[in-house]
Amino acid sequence: MTEYIRKYFELRRHNLQVALKKAKKSKMCYFFLAPYAILFFMFYILPVGTSIFFSFTYYNILEPPRFVGLQNYISLILQDDIFLTGVKNTFMIAVITGPLGYILSFLFAWLINELPRYLRAIAVVVFYAPSIAGNVFMIFSIFFRGDAYGYVNAFLMNAGIIDAPILWLVDPKYMLPICMIVILWMSLGTGFLSFVAGLQGVDSSQFEAGYMDGVKNRWQELWYITLPNMKPMLLFGAVMAITQAFGVCDVTMALCGYPSTDYAARTVVTHLFDYGYSRFEMGYASAIATLLFLVMILCKKAVQGLLRRVGT
Amino acid sequence: MAKKNKEIKETKQQVHKKVLKRRKPNRSIWGDFFVYLFLVLVALAMVFPLVFAVNSALKPLDELFMFPPKLFAQNPTLDNFSDLFVTMGKSWVTFSRYAFNTVFITVVGTAGHLIICSMGAFVLAKYDFPGGKTFFNVVVVALMFNGYVTAIPNYLIINALGWVDTYWAIIVPAFAAPIGLFLMKQFMEGLPMSLIEAAQIDGASLWKIFITIVMPNVKPAWLTLIIFSVQSLWNNRAATFIYSEEKKTLVYALQQIQSGGIARTGQAAAVTVVVMIVPIITFILSESQTLETMASSGLKE
Repeated sequence: MTEYIRKYFELRRHNLQVALKKAKKSKMCYFFLAPYAILFFMFYILPVGTSIFFSFTYYNILEPPRFVGLQNYISLILQDDIFLTGVKNTFMIAVITGPLGYILSFLFAWLINELPRYLRAIAVVVFYAPSIAGNVFMIFSIFFRGDAYGYVNAFLMNAGIIDAPILWLVDPKYMLPICMIVILWMSLGTGFLSFVAGLQGVDSSQFEAGYMDGVKNRWQELWYITLPNMKPMLLFGAVMAITQAFGVCDVTMALCGYPSTDYAARTVVTHLFDYGYSRFEMGYASAIATLLFLVMILCKKAVQGLLRRVGT
Repeated sequence: MAKKNKEIKETKQQVHKKVLKRRKPNRSIWGDFFVYLFLVLVALAMVFPLVFAVNSALKPLDELFMFPPKLFAQNPTLDNFSDLFVTMGKSWVTFSRYAFNTVFITVVGTAGHLIICSMGAFVLAKYDFPGGKTFFNVVVVALMFNGYVTAIPNYLIINALGWVDTYWAIIVPAFAAPIGLFLMKQFMEGLPMSLIEAAQIDGASLWKIFITIVMPNVKPAWLTLIIFSVQSLWNNRAATFIYSEEKKTLVYALQQIQSGGIARTGQAAAVTVVVMIVPIITFILSESQTLETMASSGLKE
């Protein structure tokens, strides 16, 4: 046993020495990386670190942070009903718009791929534009206005489907579905671009080989040839979709108000926003942020596992 | 070299086209028909709100409040835009100052982002040194960070640096946006190592290789980084870090006008168009280069 441990440490020491020697040789590399690494550490790693640290304290900016152990997490999960509403809503939005947006991104990228070149260029702009168009989604608040002059209400009333206007953005029953529609409309983003580009790069001789080997229709082609070739892009797209799905708050806050009726459109990030910016309970807000990180990273791992099975 | 690359690319495209023509056997006519029909319907649905927004901005006031509404403006005018400029002209801080703020933040932020990310991406992509891979994996995880989630500690850090209420609070964090490093690194992986080795044998320093060989060869990636950076900086309202009115951005000022209620409906519609048009135009102008870069965006495990 001691023999093993000794050998293990010897190996580690040897590896470390090799690494150090290598590091000394590539001094210039570190020099090149340094500007980015420093800024990245300051504005991306350090915030996560401080977030985790503050999540164990009571901190309201004015007083110095006071250590409270797991208290924040305990009250989050056991006492804060509104947080649980937020979790439920975020979960609903993430489960529905995340995978659906992801699948739609791929589907449209794949269908667009066979269009002639110029048509394809136009189609890419059409599908991608909503996600970069700033706050154009506010136009949906006109469509779904609650009185009889809201376009959707007017249309449904004229068609005889409803006889009184529906308060689309105030009634808890309709808020989430409407937000989901808007989020889906905006979901063809960076991941979609990546898919479009990746599809164009798939080696076309593989399709020929597939044809020879008896691939019969476009669906088989998709599953056996296209998808396996697209794995790296699919993973990248998944990362982007997860970020988007769990980060929802702009759309819900702008359309349904902040706070919304019965907190029906509250998401985890809205809750974080509430505690961080309205109540200045930074410790509590940090606990929310930390939980969100954990869930996002777990989600990425899960998707990675799923993608390993594609095309087998 | 570049010329040769281009030739290779062109022949590749020709071959590609031929193969595409031969790929038809796996396609049924009805399948194609339904696919196109579906695409057209969805495309119309996607573009409808955008078209509606643009048309609203072109409608005179009486048409804006008309019921039932018309999709297309009957008497299109640019009144809403000129009204907008009048309102902006009378604001306490002049229009040009807001515009300057946005342009300054966008240009400096994008330039720094491009240079710093390319330097980091170059060594990460082309050299194997201890810690490099780990660092890149951390960057990939950081792709998932949402602005709101890191905003609170970010504020504390920027406060500690004494940057609150300065442009730097917006510009410097934008330098380190992970998406830029990620895309640049993935694109640089595609550069042939022999190019760099040849220069190394000739005795060129790492700097020289970086500036004379690597940078000119990754121009599509430059454009892509610029686009993503411009998109995020242009839409940055800068409301959390900047308090002085004279340092606020154009988008912030425009959105103030937009929240002016019923009387500003026409101008609000014009604002929506102004805000959305910049990112969309930059994207249209650089679409092919962006797609070329995104082709290497895949994440290998």
